[in-house]
Amino acid sequence: MHVTTEKFHGRAKKAIANKNLQGGLFIIGKIFTAMRDHAMAQMPEFEALRDQARDIKRHTLENLDTYLQQFEERVIENGGRVHWARDGEEANRIIAQLCKEVDAQTVIKSKSMVTEELELNPALEAEGLAVTETDLGEYIIQLRGEKPFHIVAPAWHLTAGEVADTFYEAHKAHGRTERVEDKVKLVEEARIVLRERFKKADVGITGANFLIAETGSIALVTNEGNADLCATLPRKHIAVTGIEKIIPTLDDLALFWRVLPRSATGQDTANYLSLYSGPRREGDADGPESFDIVLVDNGRSDMLGTAVEDMLRCIRCGACLNACPVFTSVGGQTYGSVYSGPMGSVLTPALTSVSQAAMLPNASTFCGKCEEVCPVRIPLPSMMRHWREEEFSKHYSPAAQRWGLGLWAYAARTPWAYRLATTWGRKVLALMGGKERVAHALPFIGKGWSEKRDLNVGEGATFLEQYERRKRRGGAKGERV
Amino acid sequence: MPHPSAASKKVGLFATCLVNTMRPRVGFAALKLLEEAGFEVEVPKEQTCCGQPNYNSGDRNGARAMAEHFLKTYEGFDYVVVPSGSCGAMVRVHYPKLFEEGDPRRPRMEALAGRTYELVSFLSDVVGIELAPATVPLSVTYHDACSGLRELGIKAQPRALIGQKKCEVKEMEDAEVCCGFGGLFCVKYPEVSGEMVRRKTEAALASGAEALVTGDVGCLLNMEGALLREGKEIKALHIAELLADMTE
Repeated sequence: MHVTTEKFHGRAKKAIANKNLQGGLFIIGKIFTAMRDHAMAQMPEFEALRDQARDIKRHTLENLDTYLQQFEERVIENGGRVHWARDGEEANRIIAQLCKEVDAQTVIKSKSMVTEELELNPALEAEGLAVTETDLGEYIIQLRGEKPFHIVAPAWHLTAGEVADTFYEAHKAHGRTERVEDKVKLVEEARIVLRERFKKADVGITGANFLIAETGSIALVTNEGNADLCATLPRKHIAVTGIEKIIPTLDDLALFWRVLPRSATGQDTANYLSLYSGPRREGDADGPESFDIVLVDNGRSDMLGTAVEDMLRCIRCGACLNACPVFTSVGGQTYGSVYSGPMGSVLTPALTSVSQAAMLPNASTFCGKCEEVCPVRIPLPSMMRHWREEEFSKHYSPAAQRWGLGLWAYAARTPWAYRLATTWGRKVLALMGGKERVAHALPFIGKGWSEKRDLNVGEGATFLEQYERRKRRGGAKGERV
Repeated sequence: MPHPSAASKKVGLFATCLVNTMRPRVGFAALKLLEEAGFEVEVPKEQTCCGQPNYNSGDRNGARAMAEHFLKTYEGFDYVVVPSGSCGAMVRVHYPKLFEEGDPRRPRMEALAGRTYELVSFLSDVVGIELAPATVPLSVTYHDACSGLRELGIKAQPRALIGQKKCEVKEMEDAEVCCGFGGLFCVKYPEVSGEMVRRKTEAALASGAEALVTGDVGCLLNMEGALLREGKEIKALHIAELLADMTE
């Protein structure tokens, strides 16, 4: 998984200045969250369901080996195969090999964040395969060569006009000569182009929202129906997902089925919940000839038993992204990781390293809204703090910052030094504030402040000095000196 | 009129580093409110910072040392009161976690955390204070600072006390959305913080209130600073200033 988190600031500035993108973020921040809140209000038991969802995931993670083994046994009984991939490279190699087994030329895919993480598409293309994303949003960003903007809504940052331009260029080869901007017509156009790909594809690759251990099934939660075409039309169906997606039983799925769509989009239910449990059996009218599941570790098992184990509960609903004031200011591509927002800020350092991704867990005010909405109650702020502690203890944070914090910690347990520092600090601020007592340009670390803000420097000495003076004069209660 | 809960209770006021250096008036407002409620209030000279800059920057050891200093400074008080939701939450919610189970400091820290209150929740939930109407009633919009709201459950209390002052509350849209301060976040991610505070102050202005009020000096300076930069005419006040009639 490649990350470019170091370019966060530059991309954030561009995203904030991009009106179209801000329009998309406005809808995410206002409408998505309102839809979720509405769905919650309809369901008084939702808080209890969150507890149950957390407990099921917790139990499953504690017994991960058992459930994964059970899952594999059931899949084999159902006539499918399970492949274990330690890392991204191995996963991509296995998937390419599976495609070769059936002499595949063309692959269709439904939306899968794990395959984004693996960078599967370029790996398959390097093997000579033609890969088409069939989720509308993923299809659009594939044509544009972009990374997902949001884990649930990958092309949300684009306007119909931008999509029209993309389609106009890309679909010329399909004999389409007209640029249309009407949203219904754009969907129709994508549908016509994609339908041909569906019909011709040799292999269909899907993700999996859940793996059900007791039946050896995968569950897909979608709105467009494209995943079902990927899973049923081609000769081979390959499902690729992370090992943490396992849950014990179908009853557990029923619970997550109530929690996931409501958290993601505020829908009572997504349009499709599909269970796939193996290849076409004798007498079946349709279905693939072979069914393979690639279970990806890629850093996940290393998270077990650590301070970030709880992150493995994540069901990728995107509620924390929608609720996050940082995400809704800058959008997902700013993060430089396919996983963005609070969940991405915790997961990305775990799947890469703190030194590569420290920018992300620091991109939070710890406002706590993400934890408030997480359907499986992941303590996201504490885990971001954990990564900051790793960063600090490994000396990755800038030296000036470390020195500053060290001095401050010294002053804060040495009262005379603290009083001296704050007394002089106030004198300097008073000078900078001038007659109007407002500073417009601060030096050093304050530069970031005065980029967007002035500073009311107030009047008089520090509170402690003023209070001591009051005491010496025997001043009246509440009186200021 | 001394309040019954105040009888012979000694309160230690923790003014926080931001009140001490940036907004001393908030300290005097808190002092006035507590003294008028009949408490004997002391301002320990040894007080410093709660340690959030270090804690939130990953310097757990530094933060622990500061927690220990706080323990030393305030352990002798019946109550500790803090005019800040985030410093209050630092003490109440986070301090005990800085000491391992089995560490003798941990139960002491837990006990002190239990006696430490953010100012408004102390006045409402512990004291059950009744305030006289404001001399100059203002219409106000209240920003729910994040830590106070989500870690200490402060939501109804400030609005109820503003009501006692006979000040009208004009709710802004997204009152619960972060203002973008976030301690060092605002200087480390100025572009994001700037956008967040732009949205926040826009919502505050749209409320039509005469004053923007909140319970944390950090958030207050951030929002006030953005309003000053934009040249907008709306008073920015700490809740203690409003409640203590120190609004001018």
